[in-house]
Amino acid sequence: MPLDDRYQLAFRLYPYERSPDQDASAPVRHPVVIMGGGPIGVAAALDLGLQGIPVVLLDDHEGVGQGSRAICFAKRTLEIAHRYGCAQPMLDKGVVWNLGKVFHDDRQVYEFNLLPEEGHRFPAFINLQQPYFERFLVERVRDAQAQGAPIELRGKNRVDAVEVRDDHVVLDITTPDGPYRISADWLIGCDGASSPLRKMMGLEFEGRVFEDNFLIADITMKADFPTERWFWFEPHFKSGDSALLHKQPDGVWRIDFQLGWDIDRTEELKEENVRRRLDAMLGPDVEYELVWTSIYTFQCRRMKKFRHGRVIFAGDAAHQVSPFGARGANSGIQDVDNLGWKLGLVLNGTAPESLLDTYDLERRHGADENILNSSRSTDFITPKSKISHVFRNAVLDLAEHHAFARPLVNSGRLSVPCVYDGLPLNTVDALPEGPARTRPGASCPDAPLGHGFLLDHLGGGFVLLGVGTDVPDELEVDGVTLPGLSVPAEGDIKDRYLGNAESAVYLIRPDQHVAARWPAYDNAMVRAALARAIGKD
Amino acid sequence: MALNTAPNIPDPDGFYAELLNAHEGLSDDDSIALNARLILILANHIGDRAVLSEALAAASKGDTK
Repeated sequence: MPLDDRYQLAFRLYPYERSPDQDASAPVRHPVVIMGGGPIGVAAALDLGLQGIPVVLLDDHEGVGQGSRAICFAKRTLEIAHRYGCAQPMLDKGVVWNLGKVFHDDRQVYEFNLLPEEGHRFPAFINLQQPYFERFLVERVRDAQAQGAPIELRGKNRVDAVEVRDDHVVLDITTPDGPYRISADWLIGCDGASSPLRKMMGLEFEGRVFEDNFLIADITMKADFPTERWFWFEPHFKSGDSALLHKQPDGVWRIDFQLGWDIDRTEELKEENVRRRLDAMLGPDVEYELVWTSIYTFQCRRMKKFRHGRVIFAGDAAHQVSPFGARGANSGIQDVDNLGWKLGLVLNGTAPESLLDTYDLERRHGADENILNSSRSTDFITPKSKISHVFRNAVLDLAEHHAFARPLVNSGRLSVPCVYDGLPLNTVDALPEGPARTRPGASCPDAPLGHGFLLDHLGGGFVLLGVGTDVPDELEVDGVTLPGLSVPAEGDIKDRYLGNAESAVYLIRPDQHVAARWPAYDNAMVRAALARAIGKD
Repeated sequence: MALNTAPNIPDPDGFYAELLNAHEGLSDDDSIALNARLILILANHIGDRAVLSEALAAASKGDTK
């Protein structure tokens, strides 16, 4: 199969360069190889590379494909990107929005405000075209490389076959200069929803197919729409069974129309037909340019297991959701956040290999939550039976005048980080009077601290956080250096980390999730909780 | 007003999914019958005649089509 581009590039970020590996007499072995240079693959490379772990990323193209695709990036994603050092350009470029309006036919039935809580570095969401998100990640890789991070991005390196052994994987790669082989101690599959790696390994990817097509049109226009998310059920302008209007940077608007199942894709994608729908929606006087159009269908499904020996899957390759709720790219970034530190500890011998099974457990838990939420949104937006359509419209009818019906209106439940409740790395909550939002398994909420924010001081490695009590400046536990951070019990930190408690000590994982918490510092308990959190218990 | 129209159901999405699941695979006639039984069961649980009258009035007003 020739090495032709399957799509046009928005940015050519990692042009093909010949690697010395291609001239080696035997396959060169690498600690970690990543398959796929999308946002999840590049974020994984960054996470590991910043830990000093040599990583080779292979992609069959030389950069980022065109099309806005994922556009809503959640606070948690920005917090993770901040840990990697690339959130600022995303925030600078992105569009912040808080207000959403929901219409049925020609009536506004409901309006919501994300009401972002004060005292966080990042907003609840930004809208940003996926190519920019990916470019900022790659630019951060380039900076990190300049500072010595051992990351290699190899464009036009297509993996055609893998041999999975007990302790390594051998990869057959095709390049413009012909084939070569490398081997990897660990292979991370970030090669997207149609993952060639998953197919090469014959792994199942099962779930629900939703019989519907959505037309995306990205347009630029000089119209006076506010920076809000507008969603129509059965819009009066008849451009689709539902419609969505959302602002992106560069004066671009994302418009989605639900087309139904039996459509002629080629016909629907013709410019005159796309324009017919847009004209009906926008009115005759609005001038606009088409930037990008696409028709998508989707499924909600995941792999049975994300870890298969030395091969680990992340992002859409492991799980796929409907777009309602922005739970695709955002959950993939959380996969990387979860995997990076675990693989790092296993590679440097601090943690047993079995720690990686908890990546599988925790992120399957996250995927199930995302699939549940996005399936429910899809069922509401695209009712599949007469009776569900009747109930859906009854909710919309009632929502205009009765507050009780508004929580039932579901045009997407927006991505929030999942809590790893009841999973084995957590230590039982010893601060039950503390806030539920910071219970073991939860990701740490941000809060102002000094001239910056609390999360600036957490993550990367384990941290022991004392709130309203002192913890040791540094401990050495099981080969892990555990810095301590003692902060006063005041302001948002008090609300978010103490609740009704007098003081608290938190053991916080490298991915900023809470591993354990207590009312006071106790050396033996911290040691036990840390051992548990690195899979030694 | 005695009729509570403020949000009162914990886990609204879970409730809605359970409601639709109860109808899964039913014919239209069977769905209508299920709804009728459900309304009667819930009405009995509420018991308060004034509240039931208000609920009937609120539901009738919603019939804008």
